[in-house]
Parts: sequence; structure tokens; C-alpha cells
Amino acid sequence: MSVLRWTALVLALLLAALVAISVGAMSISPSDIWKAISGGPESVPVLVVRTLRLPRVALATLVGAGLGMSGAALQGTMRNPLAEPYLLGVSGGAAVGAVVATMLGFGTAFVPLAAFAGSIVAVLAAFFVAHTAGSRGDPRVLLMAGVVVGAFANAAIMVVLANAEPNIVRNALWWMMGSVAEGSWPQIAVLLGYLVAGGGVLVVIANQIDVLSLGEESAAALGLDVDRAIQRVFILSSLIAAATVAAAGLIGFVGLVVPHLVRAGGVRRSRPLLVGSAIVGATLVVLADLLGRILRPPAELPLGAVTALIGVPFFLSKLRRLV
Amino acid sequence: MIRFDDVAVQYPRAAAEALAGVSLECHRSALTAVVGPNGSGKSSLVRALIGRVRLARGAIVVDGAPAATMDRAALARRVAVVTQREELAFPLLVSEYVALGRYPHLGLWHAAGTEDTRAVQDAMTGAGIAELHDRRVDALSGGELQRVRLARALAQGGEALVLDEPTAFLDIGHEMAVFELLHRLARDGRAVLLVSHQLNLVARFADHMVLLHHGRVVAAGPPSDVMRADVLEPVYDWPLVVTRDPAVGAPALLPLRSR
Repeated sequence: MSVLRWTALVLALLLAALVAISVGAMSISPSDIWKAISGGPESVPVLVVRTLRLPRVALATLVGAGLGMSGAALQGTMRNPLAEPYLLGVSGGAAVGAVVATMLGFGTAFVPLAAFAGSIVAVLAAFFVAHTAGSRGDPRVLLMAGVVVGAFANAAIMVVLANAEPNIVRNALWWMMGSVAEGSWPQIAVLLGYLVAGGGVLVVIANQIDVLSLGEESAAALGLDVDRAIQRVFILSSLIAAATVAAAGLIGFVGLVVPHLVRAGGVRRSRPLLVGSAIVGATLVVLADLLGRILRPPAELPLGAVTALIGVPFFLSKLRRLV
Repeated sequence: MIRFDDVAVQYPRAAAEALAGVSLECHRSALTAVVGPNGSGKSSLVRALIGRVRLARGAIVVDGAPAATMDRAALARRVAVVTQREELAFPLLVSEYVALGRYPHLGLWHAAGTEDTRAVQDAMTGAGIAELHDRRVDALSGGELQRVRLARALAQGGEALVLDEPTAFLDIGHEMAVFELLHRLARDGRAVLLVSHQLNLVARFADHMVLLHHGRVVAAGPPSDVMRADVLEPVYDWPLVVTRDPAVGAPALLPLRSR
């Protein structure tokens, strides 16, 4: 991809972020945004930017970037265009964690932590299932293990919610639909840490993902320790996905569709694909959150639904170029 | 260069060993061909070499060092392998695909240098695919794809080249071109180990033939020792005659109609 296209991608993200910060129940001028960012004196618009809009947009950016990267890494490694970040039971495990925490009456501050713990347990369970099936590195076995763990988690959620109080069901459902509205700076800092560490390692080992995309035998013939390389990508991608889920709930479709959009732009190698998916994923989630806020004010549409509503037509329009 | 020493392989839950103590040697400047019916263990030899199956016993020795203890990248720098199957989920350009052959030389973070670029170009020229460099791999014909895969192995460098049925989907012209190329590589000093079903072509090009059956070596030697009706008939379980190739005088096999 040319420098021009990369610049256009970054500019599109910046523009989306700028629009998302300024548009809403209260319109905010670019000069107020600049004041808020550059440490200007406090005023109502400056406060709105600092405490509401900016954390929200920052969280949306990081969540989108994480899901995009995670999806790109998993699709290449599994050689499967349908692979996505919630593959190894991340979403199911996180939902169980969140629902259980809500049921037990823990405060909202604890829910992200419980979701993160739930998704890590689910990923470990998927690895354990694959291991007992006699295959640690086979992506097909890991995929099946992830599906099985996810199905078990869904069943567990239904059992728990079937007898829950209506407000708990509503809270749990809302969480499962995903939202970046509650973005707080500490939460953003934690997610940024996961993203920089996990995403950074993925970018470093991108050549291995390219080699893995040739298939296990060819990758082994090129001197790669295939099983360990696959495990590494799975663990890193799942960690990133779990961190995004903990911060913003379940936001489907981004990790699945974004890598395809970047590929449709002519990107083939994994390293630029990872970086491109981070940028495009961030842009998509920022725009989806903006749409969710402005379509039916003062109500907000669930972010996970909006990402799918934008993503599906876009995906369909590109489908011919994708295959 | 590559020595299989009493190599045995057993797949999980399989009743019999896929390889039941195979010994063979593959020398520099020679084309060694492994032949045998389906399921005789040919591909298991290749899988054992690249470490995708564990040896139940025996050892694979590359230049005096056991492959199992060698650093994987170091092994890949010495021995390039073209495996039987490969399915690329997301297509690359031919030049990018061939350049992946340099992975064992580059590792994670090194950028390709002039030596790598030259190796890739030489490999594409050597395999006769230089004009395909900017085509997408998924837009190639079966014959072109096989030659592109061969080019990747050539770009990998090393003194040994191992190929598992590289002409499986090729027409006569492309098949001959591949055999001529392998023959030339062997003459130029490489150790070439070829797994093939094309007994007649193998008999014309190979310096050494190894016939596998049920995971064991049942015959080995120059093609004239292996290409004999009394050796091949029981292995392939089919009546056949071996004649002389009228053009070059190599042994040629002719399967007969059903008994």
C-alpha cells in the first residue's frame, strides 16, 4: 500500500475522532476541543470533552484497534477468513464472568475484571480441551475447542439469567451489546498497555504469521516451530480481545470484517495488515459509536449492533473484491 | 548429506507403523528418488524430516548432525522442502510468496538485503517463473503454482532440496521441465531427494531409487535394479512388464490390463 493510502487511513481516523468529539447533545467547536486537549481553562465544553467525549473516543479507538489486530492475526494464523477475536471462547467466557459478577451484586467497577477473568479462563479451557484431544498446535482442533467452550459458556449464561431479576437481565444484556460510554482514563490506560504490549509483539512476529499462512507443513519446512508459533499468536490475540471485552463488552463483527477491508485495499503481508487493521478497526468503532449516539437521541443504540449494521453492508459491497 | 537411519514413525491410533525402520542416504550431486504405492510411507519420510511427526526410533542425520537436535532455522537453511499440499488462504503476489523462502535467513526482524533479493530473483529465473512475479498466487494455473513453490524452495537456498510429488498436477511439458531442472540442480552439486509416482521419469532421471512398501525399503539402487517386474509387481499388486525406453534406453514400466 502506498504512503498516500496510509496517510489517508490515519487522516480518516483523526477526522472520525474529531467529528465524534464535537458532535453530540452539545456541539463542541474545534477551538474548545483544542483547549481541552492543550490544558486550557475549564469551561462547560472543555469539561464535556475531557470527562465524556475524549475518554469515549479514546476507548472506542483502542477497542477497535485491538479487535482489528486480533482478527488479522487469527485469520492469517488459522488460514481461515472467518476467524475472529472471540474465537477461543473469549466472548462466552467474558459474558459468564460479567453475568456472574452482576448476579452476585458486585459493583460495576468489578464487572470488567470479572469479564477479563472469565475470558482468560475460557481460553485456558479451550487450550486444555485441545491438549487433551492430543493436539496443542492444530488450529482446527483449537477452533473446535473454542466453539465448544463458547457453547458451554452460552448455556451457562442462559441457566444463570433464566432465574435472575429483570434488572439484572437487562444490565447483563446491555453489557453484552457492548459500549464505550463508560470509558474512564484508568481503564483506557490498562487497555492501552495490553494493546501496546500484545499488538507490539504481534507486529514483531508478523513474519511468522506470513509463514504460518502457508500451512503447517510448509511453515515447518521453513524452520518455524509451528506449534509454539500458533499458540503464541492465539494467546496474544485472545489477551488483546479479552482486554477489549473487559473495557467495552462484546462488540462483534469488527475483528471479522476489518482485516478483509484492509486486504481489499491491497495489503497482503501480515505486518502492514496488522497495523492497517488497527487503524481501520479504530475508525470503524469510533464512527459506530458516534452513529449510535446521534441516530436516536437521547437514546443510545448498542455499539455492538451498530458495528454490525455498518459493517455488514460495507462488507457485502466489498465481497466481490475480497474473494 | 541427508541420512535416514532406521527411521520408524507411528501415527497416534494407527495399527501399524507408517515407517518401520527405513534407512536411506541422499548424497550431494545426486538425484535420489523415493517411490512406492499410496500409503507406503513416502510422505511420512518428508514429514519426519521437517519434524512434523515424532520418530519412534532411528534418526535423521544432516551433514553428520541429528536433525532433531539442530536449530530449526539452521536445518531450513541447509535443506529446502517442497511439501505435497499447500493451500494459501489469503493470496500473495508471486514475488512475495517466493521471498518467504528467505524466512530462515531473516528471522523476525531483519529486512531483506541485496543477497536475499538476488536469491529470490535467481530462484524465479531458475524455476522459469520470472515473468509471473507480479501475479497473484491464486490466479496461477496448477503447473505455474508448482513451479512457484519450487522457486520458493530454491530461494531458501541450502545444499539439499526435498520434494514431495512436485509434478502431481503438471502436464507432460511442465513435468519434464521440472525433472530437467531437478537433474540440473543435482549436477550442479545439490542433494535432491524426490518423492514421486512417476516411475518412468524417475528411472530416466534418478541416480538412485528407493522403493518403499508398508513403511519398509524393499528395493534400492540404480534404476535398473529397482525397475524390474519381479520387484514392482508384488509391491503395486498389478501385472506389469518392464521394457526399455526406446529413446534413451532407461527401464520403462508398462502396466498390463486387468488379470
